[in-house]
Amino acid sequence: MSSKSSKSGEVLDKRDLSWYVDRLAQALMFVGGISAIIFIVGIFVFVFKEGFAFILDRFDIVEFFTSINWRPTSVAKETYGALALIVGTASITGMAMLIAIPFSLGAAIYIGEFATGKTRETLKVMVELLAAIPSVVWGFIGLTIMNGVIIELFNVPIGLNVLNAGVILGLMAAPIMTTIAEDALKAVPDKYREAAEAMGATKWQVIRKVVLPAAKNGLVSAVLLGIGRGFGETMAVLMASGHSINIPGSPFDSVRALTATIAAELGETAVGSNHYGALFTLGIFLFLITFVINLTADRVVRGIRRS
Amino acid sequence: MGKLPIPEPQIMWRVALVDNSKNENPFGEVISMEHHIDDPSNDSTPKNAVETTDLSLWYGSFQALFNVNFKVKQGLVTSLIGPSGCGKSTLLRSVNRINERFGYVRTEGQVHVLGQDIYAPTVDKTQVRSQIGMVFQRPNPLPVTIRKNILFGYHLKNPGRVAASVEDELVEKSLREVLLWDDLKDKLNHSALSLSLEQQQKLCIARLLPVKPKVILMDEPCSALDPEATAAIEDLIWDLRGEYTILIVTHNMAQARRASDECAFMLMGKMVEHGKTEDIFVTPDHQQTADYIEGKFG
Repeated sequence: MSSKSSKSGEVLDKRDLSWYVDRLAQALMFVGGISAIIFIVGIFVFVFKEGFAFILDRFDIVEFFTSINWRPTSVAKETYGALALIVGTASITGMAMLIAIPFSLGAAIYIGEFATGKTRETLKVMVELLAAIPSVVWGFIGLTIMNGVIIELFNVPIGLNVLNAGVILGLMAAPIMTTIAEDALKAVPDKYREAAEAMGATKWQVIRKVVLPAAKNGLVSAVLLGIGRGFGETMAVLMASGHSINIPGSPFDSVRALTATIAAELGETAVGSNHYGALFTLGIFLFLITFVINLTADRVVRGIRRS
Repeated sequence: MGKLPIPEPQIMWRVALVDNSKNENPFGEVISMEHHIDDPSNDSTPKNAVETTDLSLWYGSFQALFNVNFKVKQGLVTSLIGPSGCGKSTLLRSVNRINERFGYVRTEGQVHVLGQDIYAPTVDKTQVRSQIGMVFQRPNPLPVTIRKNILFGYHLKNPGRVAASVEDELVEKSLREVLLWDDLKDKLNHSALSLSLEQQQKLCIARLLPVKPKVILMDEPCSALDPEATAAIEDLIWDLRGEYTILIVTHNMAQARRASDECAFMLMGKMVEHGKTEDIFVTPDHQQTADYIEGKFG
């Protein structure tokens, strides 16, 4: 290489070490970049392949969505009604959002609009730490602490119920929602705030009349991603919800979630059996729901960029 | 500036037109209009709309203003000139206390607006701001409709329900005053961000009018605009003088010269010279002023 570059005529053609390193780096980045696509397609194919035989063979769409009888191991007659599971997941997620939306939006507004300097940095780190707590730890808190608290506080026989799982899930979803909502607030150009303040708006008026409307799409997508998180969360929900198949009449009823069902039952099924296929069908259903929610969130965020 | 031949004649023509309508002397518009403005008060010396007394200001440990004593006469257009970093924007921004958006700003001295000490401990800064309009360097309409932009300040001042007819009237009057009504009357519910920069800047002036501010502060209001839009905004500023006291920061010497009654030159956070625009540009008292105006520095 050095002999080549010493000839003045070939200087432009030299391929030295940094040229090869650059090529290699580009190739590695490319593999890293497309691996996300490869993995998502791979998971999609795998889940569908495992569930497909069941869907073709045994699946009854009416039963799946309208029956509350999830009896995959019944000797007399297997039934695969997922209604109670769907309602269980939805009720836990709904309860979680009741808790997470006010908390996370409040936290995001405080961090983004009020806190300054050290307070702000500390809070951001704390929120990120909160997001890093493993879900099984949350489940443990639900199982031990929240269970007793709910029994004590509301005088109910069981503390593992919609309320428990909802509170735990809400606390789990709040950090990520806070982070996304705060990003949305930060994306609102400061000149809007300045303009409103120059017209005599108070801090709260600026937030309510200018910042929140301008950040609306980002905030909606924060909530949507929180909901997506709620649908997909497994371990904490399994531990805190009571895991009993039930259409809840109140927050104090135990329920069972779609994800928890898969986690609890998949280890006990024979590969390729109806039960196995049914669990993968639940997986496909969950996959579709979270896919739609994330896609919607993404579209909503793009909407704000366009306008 | 000389490379752009088209707008210059328009501006000259405009000034001449204004002159002739008010005064027979085509060159003495600045002085003569002052008399015209001050007629209602029956006072030979105009009242001061803004008056700073020993105003000093620090950004953290950096001192940006040094004992500035500055009087802005009511009803006139006063321009603030000086090189970058001389403190002219800082001075402007301390007149409506918008400086205080940043927590590390410390102010000493006094600022009186229409006789009121706006830094008095009992004064609420949002009240101060609602009575003093401000136009920024880059047009900053809010990301809502044109109509809501115009009514924003009005709704802040008048919470509760306002009759739609009152609102309509305010919107029309404000837009007419900035000569946008004919262009925008059919798209009042369009986003203000869809407008051209010139229209946005005019809208930013129009939205100040419903609350009837006595003083309007302008921080290089034309620096983001092309020469024709600049001429249009200058026209507008000239139309608003009299009813409003206008304090305008500008980098553009020619603009200060053609579009202001009085002119103040600042350097290194200090007020060097303040007088009639004519005098400042023709016979400045200080060598620094002369050097700056001639372009020797800055």
